[in-house]
Amino acid sequence: MKINWFKYSAPMSFYPLAGKLIPLFWIAAIVFILGGLYWGFFKTADVLNDQKQYYRIIYVHVSSAWMAMWLYVVMVFWAMLGLIFNTRLSYMLASATAITGTVMTIIALATGAIWGKTSWGTYWDWDPKLTTFLILLFVYIGYIALQSAIDDVRRSDKASALLALVGLALVPIIYYAVNCPDPTECASLHQESSLKRVESNILIGMLVTTIGFWMYCFATTLMRARIIVLERERSTTWVSNLPEIKDSEVEIKS
Amino acid sequence: MKPRTKRFLFVLLALCCVGAASALIGKAMKGNLAYLHTPEEVLAGVVPTGQVFRLGGLVKEGSLERSATELEARFIVRDNRNHEITVVTKKILPDLFSEGKSQVSRGKMGDDGLFYADEVLAKHDAEYMPKELSDTLNKEHAPAKGSSKDTSKKGTY
Repeated sequence: MKINWFKYSAPMSFYPLAGKLIPLFWIAAIVFILGGLYWGFFKTADVLNDQKQYYRIIYVHVSSAWMAMWLYVVMVFWAMLGLIFNTRLSYMLASATAITGTVMTIIALATGAIWGKTSWGTYWDWDPKLTTFLILLFVYIGYIALQSAIDDVRRSDKASALLALVGLALVPIIYYAVNCPDPTECASLHQESSLKRVESNILIGMLVTTIGFWMYCFATTLMRARIIVLERERSTTWVSNLPEIKDSEVEIKS
Repeated sequence: MKPRTKRFLFVLLALCCVGAASALIGKAMKGNLAYLHTPEEVLAGVVPTGQVFRLGGLVKEGSLERSATELEARFIVRDNRNHEITVVTKKILPDLFSEGKSQVSRGKMGDDGLFYADEVLAKHDAEYMPKELSDTLNKEHAPAKGSSKDTSKKGTY
């Protein structure tokens, strides 16, 4: 069976499909986030061998940090598809992803600062991991700024896609900043990622919350993508024939 | 060549360049990025005198002394090869700060060979292990040593 991959690359067929998927992603997001946080807050140990209750911010911090980096890869993926195939929808999805990615980066930085103040003793330090993560925020903001700075949609899409592609170099560096083979070679304040050494109960909470965050990212990205579709395709007949558009026009007239 | 193939090759080339850039930056980041210096480096004279820098290392067991009259604390920072520097600070020590654990302090070397810190930060364990569980494990594996599991282990800093 040959699947026609290009069918859903048309905004016209993407729009109703996304509309159907969004409520499903919202439900999954709420279920997984609440479940993961419940598990994390009530079913895991109160005190670790060095940290007290405040370590529980890990469930939000790790999930959002993973999503911030993952969404950047997703954004670059859409931007690359746009560059290669010149598909309008790919660019729209890339810019929709950028906003959710920025939000995740801000959540990760904010929860990290709160956690840092209680455990390390400072909100911020120019440590390699923290600094590279702050640059990730700036790259996200730069992408959004560049896109809105150029009026011509096709040119702004291409320019910002290239910026996103160049910024991809940052993602392995963020990972590498604390995870080099010899730990004394990349000393930093932020501890290394050590999933293997996390107790399994805590790990369950972390992973379930991460799935929830992922579902949230799907939901918000698709919602934003639908808005961008309406905005960019507003002069087409299929948009003006949409029931929600027709109804609102009737309301304005009456 | 179809224009699509051309664009594909262009993107592929760009990806290779990005990968190379990332690898080079990663390589340059070894050498600690000069984020912190170990006691060994400081004693070897790597850091110019009078310069503010971060001193990383483990807090030596049994070395923390608090002044009885003022908010002053002294402790010894050591590395894995037993180079030691005494740190003096008047700042509040963070919650996680404890003997045998990693710390990062920022300050200057004084003429008297002591390190005067304006800020002392504690690093946390990368191990997320409930206290009760790790206590049991320690008892099972090292009954003779009791609970001081950090003395035998090489810490990272």
